[in-house]
Amino acid sequence: MSDKNPLLSGLQYTLPLLVGIAPFGMIYGVLAVKAGFPPAAAQAMSAIVFAGSSQFMIVNLVGGGSLWPVVVLTAVVVNLRHALYSASLAPFLVHLPARWKALLAYVLVDEAYAVGIHHYEEKGAAGNSHWFLLGSGLAVWLCWQASTAVGIFLGAQIPAEWSLDFTLALTFIAIVVPGLKDRPLLLSAVTAGVTAVAAHSLPYKLGLILAAVAGIAVGLWSERR
Amino acid sequence: MSEFWLIILLAGILTYAIRLSFIALHGRWQAPVWFVRALRFVPPAVLSAIILPELLLMDGQVVLSPLNPRLLAGIAAILIAWLSRNVFLTIAGGMLFLYLFQFILR
Repeated sequence: MSDKNPLLSGLQYTLPLLVGIAPFGMIYGVLAVKAGFPPAAAQAMSAIVFAGSSQFMIVNLVGGGSLWPVVVLTAVVVNLRHALYSASLAPFLVHLPARWKALLAYVLVDEAYAVGIHHYEEKGAAGNSHWFLLGSGLAVWLCWQASTAVGIFLGAQIPAEWSLDFTLALTFIAIVVPGLKDRPLLLSAVTAGVTAVAAHSLPYKLGLILAAVAGIAVGLWSERR
Repeated sequence: MSEFWLIILLAGILTYAIRLSFIALHGRWQAPVWFVRALRFVPPAVLSAIILPELLLMDGQVVLSPLNPRLLAGIAAILIAWLSRNVFLTIAGGMLFLYLFQFILR
């Protein structure tokens, strides 16, 4: 079946993950409108940036009155992990034409990467695995756009007492904690967290950048010992 | 152009460039070894640098106290994430604990 229509089976394999994406997209839409984004801009961000955690950060920083270069830089730092996905998929995509590489890079979000790399490692680069990856990315994309729209629509009606902004920290906890599999990773995370708290009063959210650099440096150092 | 659109366009272009980077350059350019090794520390370092201030700061002040509901709910969520390895359970459980602690500590 998966050989007959890889696009559809990529979509199908990704369906269970949409349960986690849809509420996240809705909350993003709600928070974006609350932070002052015009509905069209909030929706466009989901199509143009298409990266949930950085969209949360952007909305959070804009709502807090940060300067635009700080917002953009922070979004880039949050999305740097996608370079990891790009590096790990690159050998499987090397035979594809440039337009396919361009298209697949656009849908290379956390969930599509997770589903896609699993498929590639099982089936190899031959055949229609790129259609499978595209199907997975398409499923996430459609779900993200639709749930953003619902969130924007609900935006004004959700009271601040619901503390929905806390889902940002919770989502990141859910991503980070299961991945702390060895000492260097743990030390890296703890160093970055503590540095960020200690440096929170630095202007322009520089504390975040400083903390990320400190965490990465300590991770590398601990790995080398 | 308003600042909203400037931020969206720049963040979008740069995010796309990050995703395309290694896919486009594979076989033509070899990243330095230290850079590739550093990549695996990016997600835990960056995300932890966002998480901890969210748990510990209240109105710009560090509140390291058992009366801080976000800190308590965050610790609960870390335990749930570690044990369940499930994104949905972690978010739902964390929110439930936040409401619980906010109610108790009010």
